[in-house]
Amino acid sequence: MAVTLPRPAPAAPVQAAPEYGALPAYRGIVSWLTTIDHKRIGILYGSTAFIFFLLGGIEALMIRMQLATPNGTFVSPDAYNQLFTMHGTTMIFLFVMPMSVAFFNYIVPLQIGAPDVAFPRLNAFSYWTFLFGGIFINLSYFVDGMPDGGWFGYAPLSSIQYSPSHRLDFWMLGLQILGVASLAGAFNFMVTIINLRAPGMSLMRMPIFTWNTLITSFLLVFAFPAITVALLLLMFDRMFGTNFYYAPNGGDPLLWQHLFWIFGHPEVYILILPAMGMVSEILPVFSRKPLFGYPFVVYATVAIGFIGFGVWSHHMFTTGLGPIANSFFAASTMLIAVPTGVKIFNWMGTMWGGSIRFTTPMLYAIGFVSMFTIGGLSGVMHAVVPIDMHHQDSYFVVAHFHYVLFGGAFFGLMGGLSFWWPKVTGTMLDEKLGKIAFWFTFTGFNLTFGPMHFLGVDGMPRRVYTYGINQGWTGWFGLNWLGWNFVITIGAITIMIGTLIFMYTAFKALRGPKDAPNDPWDAATLEWSLPSPPPVYNFAVAPVVRSRDAYWAWKRRPQAVEAGDTEATLTVAGHTVGHVEFEEEQPSEEYFAQERNAYHINPSSMHMPNPSFFPIIAAFGLTLMGAGMIFGYALTVAGFLYLIVAIGGWALESTG
Amino acid sequence: MPFPRASGIGRKLVLLGLGVALLALLSGCANVPHSTVMPKTDAARKIQDLYVLVFWLAAFVFVGTQGGLLYVLWRYRARPGHELPEQTHGNTTLEIGWTIAPAVILVFMAVPTIQTIFALESAPPPSPDGNPPLVIEVIGKQWWWEFKYPESRLASGQPLTTANELVIPTGRTVYLSISSDNVIHSFWVQQLTGKIDAMPNHETRLWFTAEEPGQYFGQCAEYCGIQHAQMRMNVIAMTPTDYQAWVARSTKPAEAVTDIAKEGQEAFGTNGCAGCHAIEGNPTAVGKTGPDLSHFGSRTTLAAGILQNTPENLAAWIENPQTIKPGNIMQNLHVRPRDVEALVAYLHSLK
Repeated sequence: MAVTLPRPAPAAPVQAAPEYGALPAYRGIVSWLTTIDHKRIGILYGSTAFIFFLLGGIEALMIRMQLATPNGTFVSPDAYNQLFTMHGTTMIFLFVMPMSVAFFNYIVPLQIGAPDVAFPRLNAFSYWTFLFGGIFINLSYFVDGMPDGGWFGYAPLSSIQYSPSHRLDFWMLGLQILGVASLAGAFNFMVTIINLRAPGMSLMRMPIFTWNTLITSFLLVFAFPAITVALLLLMFDRMFGTNFYYAPNGGDPLLWQHLFWIFGHPEVYILILPAMGMVSEILPVFSRKPLFGYPFVVYATVAIGFIGFGVWSHHMFTTGLGPIANSFFAASTMLIAVPTGVKIFNWMGTMWGGSIRFTTPMLYAIGFVSMFTIGGLSGVMHAVVPIDMHHQDSYFVVAHFHYVLFGGAFFGLMGGLSFWWPKVTGTMLDEKLGKIAFWFTFTGFNLTFGPMHFLGVDGMPRRVYTYGINQGWTGWFGLNWLGWNFVITIGAITIMIGTLIFMYTAFKALRGPKDAPNDPWDAATLEWSLPSPPPVYNFAVAPVVRSRDAYWAWKRRPQAVEAGDTEATLTVAGHTVGHVEFEEEQPSEEYFAQERNAYHINPSSMHMPNPSFFPIIAAFGLTLMGAGMIFGYALTVAGFLYLIVAIGGWALESTG
Repeated sequence: MPFPRASGIGRKLVLLGLGVALLALLSGCANVPHSTVMPKTDAARKIQDLYVLVFWLAAFVFVGTQGGLLYVLWRYRARPGHELPEQTHGNTTLEIGWTIAPAVILVFMAVPTIQTIFALESAPPPSPDGNPPLVIEVIGKQWWWEFKYPESRLASGQPLTTANELVIPTGRTVYLSISSDNVIHSFWVQQLTGKIDAMPNHETRLWFTAEEPGQYFGQCAEYCGIQHAQMRMNVIAMTPTDYQAWVARSTKPAEAVTDIAKEGQEAFGTNGCAGCHAIEGNPTAVGKTGPDLSHFGSRTTLAAGILQNTPENLAAWIENPQTIKPGNIMQNLHVRPRDVEALVAYLHSLK
């Protein structure tokens, strides 16, 4: 079959010039505090998120130690409730979201051929606000103890009357700070992707990860206002005596649930779409085929984004909304399985007929497809309202969303991390160790979350710090301590081993030689045309894109083809693999002139924007305002004035 | 690249493991009091019928997709000397096909789902015994359950009130009117029907008809604070005759007869118990904060279903409730050992 390729550019490869000696010195701690380089900010996001992942993981392990056997005494009930609250809050807001943003930051500008994001200082502000917000929530440990209202903070348990300590103040104020970071980042990526794409990169030529970033950013922008309103009302209830949620004075606890889940369900897709984007990049590369049904995958992603705003009440099937509302939300929830299924089938279609290389990133991507499908199936079961009346708030739900968020989002992120690691660090991860880490994680994951389905069917509710020996969730072979819960704890330890092996692999790579080639995987998108790691200015010349998978096509361009040819024979490593037709018209003479001029640019004269202290300064002001809500309003006022001054300085600063 | 075979075998092992686990699930229901797949009422059976349908549909899709994935991984693994595979970009017919196929499966799921939703939620069916449904008010507390029977009145005119042990007749539809006067809880007795939340300012409802006498176990399913884990309950279904006898017994005050029980009745006031707990027939015991203890001696469990109601357990509870259920609202009242003994005798005499 003939392969359709874009018309080749007759000029030299789209690639950064190798020498970049005359750039200003860019080292040391101050350079990190003031950086506005999207790649450095991406690294900051990623490493911070990984540290929070370890924290959330330790919390998970403590939860599992407590639940391994009936009547566990590893932690107190109070500590347990803090642990599961912070495990959820940390993994969602401080790990999966910022880890996805790390990839948005590092990869998206490279994929679209841009020099940076649209608003580099705002980007730095997002990161510092996220960091301070994350630290702020966790600082509660040293004041009143960690938040203990669940990551979902249901009213009226979260009201001051039932949670009088400052724990939930830290939680709700910290989430508001994190919301600012997310919104600033989302706007930044929307503008970046819409405005800064390389010449010729139409929306339907955009790499699929960039598409997922764009849609995730839209979801963030539309979803976060809902939780911001919910948290503001909670703040008014807790701090100024209003009664939005406090029932005895006429408030409505269901108001919180609606607002929270109008945010909370799109949030699920905010967590999973970036990982889906990564998987959609990895599967084609290691199948050596383009993504199957690219436009359908894009439409499916858009459809998931839309429908995701119309299913929130499926988190509230047991609140007595009545048969009509329940039927509607059951149907809309089932509907969302259709575009999700389309994606899964297209991933399989991508691998079908391919030449599958089982590298570490590919293993994670395949693991994603397999495990996410299981999570999707149990998700559809929850759309069946009568079944959900059993599964809601049981361990079946815990199993379900870990198959989606661990088997899905986490596997996707780990795949992305192994995939782009050489590009980011300039080093190669040890494939053998990487695979060992994968198999530990994969086995441990299924050992941990698979049995939770059975516990859920056996009626075990979630968020319980203990359970009795007579409740049917333990007692195999007459041993009171032995049951699925014990198996699950062993699974959790297995995951921990996998994580430690991964960390060792990463550590070893970072200490090793920086010898990663530009394109170790034979990949398709523009970032692989750059050195590993890329120079600070990314592309010396804006690349011109003439097709999807621009770099893949460029690499396979028959060198002998003339500008006027309409077809050619395609050879790879001396083998004839097909016949090529060119789909584009010949570029104009002016274009060639521009491109020739462009290649004579001297990289040392590249003009880079100045580093700036103002993002970190302004971000701290926001955190001071939050802290003042707890420690005294004077601090809030001071923080506000400080923030105004910081924004003023930011506005007047020369951007270089 | 190395490893393709091993990965295929690894995945098969995982699949085998899942199969074994599934068998364990299907055969292991015998001794699981909270099982969601052992229905004992009409409502629970409706859910079960739907569950079986959805389970098999999901199992079908599971086997299809995972099997397909394994096949693709094995069939198209990279082999030495492979050339670049054919660069297919998509196929519109296939796309339309795999958009419609899941939609069709979902229709098979959606129609019975919506039918069952309306069957379970619109109005209670007529009671098999011809009586109107037995209305019981369920109130979620931190961290126990209160049950009121408006149909059965005490001499004082107050409805019969119990805690943590819900007594119902078989063969008559029970209509639970569920609410809370504090945070949100969720009423879930797995073998009777699905759960529904107990919320302040909202009334939720459940109805079902128990088929056979027996004891069913439930637990709060909505996180409601520090002792959410130990907010359990029992439901005891009795034959209509036994139920009538129970109502007759429970609407009359129980009296302390032995000396030590009378001493306990005294101690119930002097130690402050009466400030929180009500006991019908004990004029000082009118507290409303804690569970009503009027016929405590006839209950099988204490402390919201977490302990067997034996004298030893009750004594331990009175000595220090905070060691058994840390953070619960009943404080350590530092009751003298002699009073503990008397209180146990008194409370167990209330039958």
